[in-house]
Amino acid sequence: MDFNVIIQYFPRLLEGAMTTLELVVVSGLIGSLLALPLGLARHSHRPWLYALPYAYIFFFRGTPLLVQIFLVYYGLAQFEFVRESALWPYLREPYWCAIIAFSLNTAAYTAEILRGALGNVPRGEIEAAKTIGMRRVMLYRRIMLPRAFGMIMPAYGNEVILMLKSSALASTITLLDLTGTARTIIARTYTPIEIFLAAGFIYLMLSLIIIQFFRFLEKRSNRHLVSTR
Amino acid sequence: MPENSVICLKNIHKSFGDLKVLKGIDLQAHEHDVISIIGSSGSGKSTFLRCINLLETPTEGEIWITGEKLKLARNKKGDLDASDPRQLAAMRARVGFVFQNFNLWPHKTLLENIIEGPTQVLGKSKDEAIAYAEQLLRRVGLEERKDFYPSQISGGQQQRVAITRTLAMDPQLILFDEPTSALDPELVGEVLGVMRDLAGEGRTMLIVTHEMQFAREVSNKVMFLHQGQVEEFGHPDQVFGNPTSERCREFISSVY
Repeated sequence: MDFNVIIQYFPRLLEGAMTTLELVVVSGLIGSLLALPLGLARHSHRPWLYALPYAYIFFFRGTPLLVQIFLVYYGLAQFEFVRESALWPYLREPYWCAIIAFSLNTAAYTAEILRGALGNVPRGEIEAAKTIGMRRVMLYRRIMLPRAFGMIMPAYGNEVILMLKSSALASTITLLDLTGTARTIIARTYTPIEIFLAAGFIYLMLSLIIIQFFRFLEKRSNRHLVSTR
Repeated sequence: MPENSVICLKNIHKSFGDLKVLKGIDLQAHEHDVISIIGSSGSGKSTFLRCINLLETPTEGEIWITGEKLKLARNKKGDLDASDPRQLAAMRARVGFVFQNFNLWPHKTLLENIIEGPTQVLGKSKDEAIAYAEQLLRRVGLEERKDFYPSQISGGQQQRVAITRTLAMDPQLILFDEPTSALDPELVGEVLGVMRDLAGEGRTMLIVTHEMQFAREVSNKVMFLHQGQVEEFGHPDQVFGNPTSERCREFISSVY
């Protein structure tokens, strides 16, 4: 074990960790925004509304994330109109390709979590909202979504942790995230154990932060469950 | 006449598949009427009550609320559903409903539960709604608990809050669906007390209940349902004291 290597390259690993964190946060935000309409449509029992999200979720949950990344990174460039579009400067960047793949992927999982939670809002609470004269949009906005958000917190926190770990796949399309940086360093120093241990440690710390953050959110959104009786 | 009654139901039928739960029930309530609906379990009384504001979709029938006919159209399942969601919502806002299981929203405080309807549905200002809610809560003796969450209070208190939530909408009619059946025996009295006060104020109420003594004291009419049909209808003294139907006589003597 050569601890000097760790100390020497730790700042660079931290830079990689920042990229990892950025990937997770940005695609987490985009993904959750996409998940809201997807989950709502998936919750519907009208076939024309739920069919598309159903197929979407089926595809993204049923195929490996690595394949999805490759499809976006190598696949999109195959199309002439993509290369000629105004978005090409972004779409040829591995960074944005990773963001796109991660966002679409996490949106599918999050939508499914949201759908489950919406289905678990007790019927009586929905009826109570209807009996005071609420119509559908208000019912979702005021009662069902706030209730569902409280219920999804543990599962969604879990999804973000999984996303943090799968973000290592971004290194396969030349992105210098934490794993990518570690591999670059190792290629020069031939110290895989030291550097991967250090990278693993940083992943652990990131997980810890995410876990704490969601524990806090969960406590906040489930205040009502605390009994003082 | 449906026009001058608070509520008028004509020929309400309800089937679940092949099972006929309601077989043509008529009911009319005028202002200040307190009508108790009694009958053994499975007689269709809760289903009937739930048909009134379309929590359950009737298979057949007409519903008039405060002189206005609810527009119905047949849905895919063959039941009648509201054809005008806006009208249904507006009519529901005028009809209070108190559930057996209270159905307070657990993520909202008691005060938030009560002002939800007035602020969101009726468009009242928050200050006005809070002032009214506090006044109503004081009446049921729960004013200091207003910032509690439903899980922090007892079942009887939750039901009193649920009644308050309904009252905050200033309903013209309140439907009670076995409001004390989910309560521990020692908590039943406090809820019945609140309901007795409401009846005393002259509120129009329909009450599905198993509390026979209460039904006899509070209501001015009693409806006895048996297998989805009205077996007996009349003044409580008559229904409880001298029922004409044999089944009603049996039921009364078995529970009362």
